[in-house]
Amino acid sequence: MAGRTLYDKIWQSHSVGTLPTGQTQLFIGLHLIHEITTAPAFDMLRETGMDIPFRDRTFATVDHIVPTDLRQRPFLDPEAEELISVLERNVAQFGVEFFGVQSANQGIVHVIGPQLGLTQPGMTLACGDSHTSTHGAFGTLAFGIGTSQVRDVLATQTLAMDRLKVRRINITGELGTGVYPKDVILYIIRRLGVSGGKGFAYEYGGPVVDRMNMEERMTVCNMSIEGGALVGYVNPDQTTFDYLKGRPYAPKSEAFERATSYWKSVASDADAHYDDVVTYDGKEIEPTVTWGINPGQSVGISEKLPKPEESADPESVKKAYEHMGWKPGAPILGTPVNVAFIGSCTNGRLADLRAAAKIAKGRKVDPSVRALVVPGSAEVKKLAEREGLDKIFAEAGFQWREAGCSMCLAMNPDKLNGREISASSSNRNFIGRQGSPQGRTLLMSPVMVAAAALNGKVVDAREYE
Amino acid sequence: MGDIVKITKIAGTAVPIRGNDIDTDRIIPARYLIEPTFARMGNYPFFDERFDGSGKKKDHPFNDPEYKGASILFVNKNFGCGSSREHAPQALYRFGIHAIVGESFAAIFAGNCTMMGLPVVVVGAKEIAQLMKSVEENPRTEYTVDLESKTLSYGDQKIAIDLPDTYRTALTQGYWDSTGLLRGNLDAVKKTAAKLPYITGFGS
Repeated sequence: MAGRTLYDKIWQSHSVGTLPTGQTQLFIGLHLIHEITTAPAFDMLRETGMDIPFRDRTFATVDHIVPTDLRQRPFLDPEAEELISVLERNVAQFGVEFFGVQSANQGIVHVIGPQLGLTQPGMTLACGDSHTSTHGAFGTLAFGIGTSQVRDVLATQTLAMDRLKVRRINITGELGTGVYPKDVILYIIRRLGVSGGKGFAYEYGGPVVDRMNMEERMTVCNMSIEGGALVGYVNPDQTTFDYLKGRPYAPKSEAFERATSYWKSVASDADAHYDDVVTYDGKEIEPTVTWGINPGQSVGISEKLPKPEESADPESVKKAYEHMGWKPGAPILGTPVNVAFIGSCTNGRLADLRAAAKIAKGRKVDPSVRALVVPGSAEVKKLAEREGLDKIFAEAGFQWREAGCSMCLAMNPDKLNGREISASSSNRNFIGRQGSPQGRTLLMSPVMVAAAALNGKVVDAREYE
Repeated sequence: MGDIVKITKIAGTAVPIRGNDIDTDRIIPARYLIEPTFARMGNYPFFDERFDGSGKKKDHPFNDPEYKGASILFVNKNFGCGSSREHAPQALYRFGIHAIVGESFAAIFAGNCTMMGLPVVVVGAKEIAQLMKSVEENPRTEYTVDLESKTLSYGDQKIAIDLPDTYRTALTQGYWDSTGLLRGNLDAVKKTAAKLPYITGFGS
């Protein structure tokens, strides 16, 4: 009999039973909530008089709408103030642990879960946010859910779920200098398509992934949903255990040893059966930039923009050109940039800021560019300041901000104006995503964003290596 | 949790939205997610595609009086990709859409729709082209989506539709509002939890 994948093992140990619909009732080990997708779920608990049976398995923070400049209350935006107040009342009424605006643990849910040691291998983890797959970097079965599902997790700590297939994605060899995990995941999405992962969990592995640190693995897992996969994960290994040791919510001393043996046991067996396997050579991957209106529409930095008639989906490519205003066959190099955004749950961690700061150090942002650095959490901000990264960015002309989602989805005051073009380390280049219906987004690694900010246009950041 | 509501048939006129990979940011721009309830979401579907910066109506099927009152939405591939925001199906439902027929749907979107009793069903590329043509030629055409027989019919036409059996059962048997069903098993849930090492603090 073939061995089992991590997905199979966690699915089995968390299955409560089969529902009359044929779905599995799946236990959710960790539930993270934030201000945007939860209010109607709490309303429903109140209306029906239900409690939260496992309330110590839910943790709350604020990230999506918090301002990243002026943090005093009430916020300038009365609607933002109201929504945060609703969450504050809900967590107080139901007794949910909360990392609020002023907490040292505040930050983007997908940054603080790992940072606090809440996210651990062998768990199921759900959050009302599609980038919950980030936590899969730990060998966690983690996925985004809607508000009705948030309600179900609060009321029952379970979800009605259909089982996924598992696709193993091997990245072999090694990455070239100046090629980052962001380039790896953009490459994977480009190759497999934005809906290619539908019905699958993605298991990332191979020598390139094995060598990645936890922050790098999180960047890869984060964008699984942009490839259509609800779940993306990496098998836990010594890198994972070393990261978790000593974190506030990680098990301590002897319990840590016992936890490690459990964590090792959930990794996919060497002879595990996969529904599909794809392999890419790491050295084929270039610094990658999106040119269109979905994360699969990208090119390597040395390439030219595709011709619609050569594409598998000419209509979508035409729609992208219509919005972006480029010409087919033009180089991506030299594309002008008006705004530079470094941050988000994809690339707002300390390693991302360090890599970008290395390029910014002693240089100046082009005067035509508005450049922002938004740390993923209050802790990331503190650690970065301890290293002086804030000063490097400020001296170069980047604005140094408080933690939050910021211009990734522009629900706070950080937005594009009009037809501005943004070089962004975030995860979505959808039309209107960064706050202006006419705005344009080029996704790339934080290092590429920093280089674009200095030049006012897309450049090959390897020039700075 | 109210009474069990079984959803088996959706009948009405239709509206087509052409294009692949229509994401949930396009279905509902993020700025409307700041409202603490879904109550007003019906005002916002495709807002930035329907109105310009000054609030003037743009050319869009949801603005077209020909399609007024449509309850079935025809779409192409990978509809609803991107963000998990339930505000997207809520906006469509509250606008009046009670079934979506398309070539394929993003996973979280399809799950969200099902959990609010909004069936999303799949037909082939040829069939969706035929359906879009039929509604564009005659917006008054009446369509019936029948989940039990897995067919979509109009005039003398009958087309096979597909959806996961689990979703079909949830809708037709009235289990789509799942909280009651799940909460009924709380004892079993506690037993499953008690076997998970991280729930018990990795006790020796």
